Amino acid sequence: MGAAAEIVAEATLVEHRRGFRRRWYRTPTFVAGVSILGLIALAAAAAPLITTHDPVQQDLLHTLSGPSWSHPLGTDDLGRDEWSRIVYGARTDLRVAFIAVFFSFLIGTIIGLLSGYYGGTVDTLASWLVNVVVAFPFYILIIALVFVLGSNTRNIYIAVILVGWVSYTRIIRGEVLVAKRREYVLAARAAGLSDVRILRRHLLPNVVTQAIIFAMSDIVLTILAIVTLGYLGLGVQPPTPDWGRMAFEGQTFLTTRWELSTFPGIAVVITALGLSLLADGLADLLRPE
Amino acid sequence: MSEPLLRVRDLRVQFKLARGTLRAVDGASFEVGRGEALGLVGESGSGKTVALRALVGLLPRSARIAGGSIEFDGVDVLTLDEDRRRALRGRSIAMVFQEPMTALNPVMRVGEQIGESPLVRLGMGRRQARARALELMSLVGIPDAKRRADAYPHELSGGLRQRVMIAIALSAEPKLLLCDEPTTALDVTIQDQILKLLLSLQEELGVSLVFVSHDLAVIAQACKNVAVMYAGGVVETGTVDAVFREPRHPYTLGLLRSVPDVDGVRGRLSSIPGTPPDLAALPTGCPFHPRCPFVVDKCTSGEFPLRALAGNRATACIRDDACAEDARREPVVANA
Amino acid sequence: MSLTGYVVRRLLQAVPVALGVTILVFFLIHLIPGDPARTILGNHATPRNVALLRHDWGLDRPLPVQYEKFMARLVHGDLGSSLNYGVGAGRLVRERLPVTLWLICYGALLSVLIAVPLALFAASRRDRVSDHLIRGVPLVGLGFPPFWIGIVLLLVFGLHLGRLFPVGGYGQGFFGHLHSMFLPALTVALALCPILIRSLRAALLEVLEADYITTARSKGLSERRVLMHHAFRNAAISTVSVLGVNIGFLVGGTLVIEQVFAVPGVGQLMINSVFQRDFPVVQAVALVFSMLVVLVYLLTDIAHALLDPRVRFD
Repeated sequence: MGAAAEIVAEATLVEHRRGFRRRWYRTPTFVAGVSILGLIALAAAAAPLITTHDPVQQDLLHTLSGPSWSHPLGTDDLGRDEWSRIVYGARTDLRVAFIAVFFSFLIGTIIGLLSGYYGGTVDTLASWLVNVVVAFPFYILIIALVFVLGSNTRNIYIAVILVGWVSYTRIIRGEVLVAKRREYVLAARAAGLSDVRILRRHLLPNVVTQAIIFAMSDIVLTILAIVTLGYLGLGVQPPTPDWGRMAFEGQTFLTTRWELSTFPGIAVVITALGLSLLADGLADLLRPE
Repeated sequence: MSEPLLRVRDLRVQFKLARGTLRAVDGASFEVGRGEALGLVGESGSGKTVALRALVGLLPRSARIAGGSIEFDGVDVLTLDEDRRRALRGRSIAMVFQEPMTALNPVMRVGEQIGESPLVRLGMGRRQARARALELMSLVGIPDAKRRADAYPHELSGGLRQRVMIAIALSAEPKLLLCDEPTTALDVTIQDQILKLLLSLQEELGVSLVFVSHDLAVIAQACKNVAVMYAGGVVETGTVDAVFREPRHPYTLGLLRSVPDVDGVRGRLSSIPGTPPDLAALPTGCPFHPRCPFVVDKCTSGEFPLRALAGNRATACIRDDACAEDARREPVVANA
Repeated sequence: MSLTGYVVRRLLQAVPVALGVTILVFFLIHLIPGDPARTILGNHATPRNVALLRHDWGLDRPLPVQYEKFMARLVHGDLGSSLNYGVGAGRLVRERLPVTLWLICYGALLSVLIAVPLALFAASRRDRVSDHLIRGVPLVGLGFPPFWIGIVLLLVFGLHLGRLFPVGGYGQGFFGHLHSMFLPALTVALALCPILIRSLRAALLEVLEADYITTARSKGLSERRVLMHHAFRNAAISTVSVLGVNIGFLVGGTLVIEQVFAVPGVGQLMINSVFQRDFPVVQAVALVFSMLVVLVYLLTDIAHALLDPRVRFD
């Protein structure tokens, strides 16, 4: 009996995976998204190779210079190379966003699984907590947390994770509530499989797709949050390059060197576009036929 | 005999799919006389609903009318522009849909919905339209009409909702009523009531009826004439009496034989072997031939249009005699 | 169940959430690593001042007692005293609230004015070129940081396009506000639009493909009447829901945008207070805004119940 249930669960899972492998290269949004994101990630990883200057090195003799051969995008008010700062900024912002979302995903999924599967007090408590966090305007909570904890990169992780897990819990809980009434779960329980096994091998693979798709757009939101915090001065602290902070610092010189403020924003837009396309493509692919 | 109110000739409706063209209606022809009821019978996928929608021009955007004519009151509807076609809807041809829960606007009171056509199409004033709505509600047998008129669709039972649908269809005084499986979504007892209602309305108001269903018993009760559809085409027509007693198409015979027989006339329950064809990849020749017990070589190629027979009947089958003979030997209905 | 019954039920449901909000806000101070009082006052604070602050905030008492004190003061409208301005934090927030509310409403209005026609247009021309173009807006637009939109608008309108609009401030009088706040409100609107367009388009499509729309068409009604009389009412329900749900985003966005355009609202107050380590004010702002959001969710649900007759029959 247990074996049969396992087979059914496997079959459902394989359906998803097969569909994915078969079509990923034929889904234009997915391909476009992966390409853009891949390019940016590559650039970030290969930063020392494609830049000629140290992003934090100041050159007070050449501040606010326009584009030139040695400084393709010019320099900022402290003479730092703009191009380097944008590329290294990608490193910072992408890394923080991905890691933060990963942990939000992890924590939110676990809580969602437990909450949806067991119901009862666990569920009531978790749902109440979710509602409370959701009641806070996103930025207000993040800023308050960063304020309280202190403005440094580690605390940005904490703040984002503390606020971000909520969405995953909601999604996973919803999916689990539906899935736990399906035959394969009932069969597994009737066969006496332990809860942990059911959760891990049977429920999890089938409910996690929505959360994965959401995670992609969540990364976009997180990058925006990190960058906004940077703009407000509460984010990644200088001199580490951060797109938001760069936009802020450049705003004073909007009349003369408008690129300093706008180009970091463009970098955000392009990265976000890649992620959004990836999310759309993934949604198309992972949707059961 | 007067001109038929509706004459459909060789109608073709196609859907554009990624994998090819789906021939949903492929050369269907039938007629409806004034004040008469025609049943359109077939399984799902036979094209009956699409044909019905084509009559009022309510096809989905991916559909295309690829040929044929639809003559209503002598005018070919397909040659008219959209505005004129729209003028026909409701006023000349009205439709009763299958699922009243989704076919009624959930945020509008039913009285308002029934009174909308009189208000907008018949130029009545608000109070007049409301009075007319109440009249119609009584006509279709909705008790306590005044109170019910202020209700929302979800507050009514399935049977009442379908009566509301019928009232809406009748509200602009149409000459032809198209019913798309109006009783399928209802309980059996309610089904009966609605059928009787439609019959009485037909008599009272002299409306013509096209009744689409897959349920032969329902058709037998409600209609005088019948047209049997298969794979997008009409394969047999005639009066219900004649066709059900002596079917002259193997598909009709198969259908009749597969209905559970309460009268105990037939010894066994049979079904038609095989599956309905893929409308995007129809077989050559007669579309039914892969499943036909009377098939011969000639059936596998060529066209098989409706052929007129004696007694106002028609069939698309070249083996109709063998078919009728078989039906006589093993009667389908009592008193054959 | 009647409308009042529904409202009462929703109100009751909101209470534990509101309480939860107060608990969370209350707890913020305890998240501060180390000694909160010392951290707030900074390294140069004298031990005596630190001790005074600790006592004043009741940090030397057990937690439940602290919470009790906190709630007691809250009920009397006392949100603590600003460390910097020396006046009640509540009063500071109250003074600046109108400005922020102005920005929120103005921005929401503009976003609806932009998003609804676009969504309507896209939904009615489904899968054609114009639809795909409009669908591209959320795709690209969601990646635009709100502050960046503001900066670009500043660049284009404020500095280049003949200085059409002032680049900051609040202005005097109703029309002064309309004028000065146009750019910030437009920024808010453009930041909100992508989400609105996407949700509205989906909601409208669902409505347009519904069976009752086919019924309406079968009555021979003009397409205009079908849209306005049948589709619109159902779509309005979705619109209200979508707007309500996105209010949290809206509020957060205004915060940042106030900084970009130097609008003297609550957002700016909060940011300044963060830099000045003025904890009571930060706490007060967090509290007020969250309660505002809870209220808006409540109102949205009630509006939904008013518009949609199906809702009350749970």
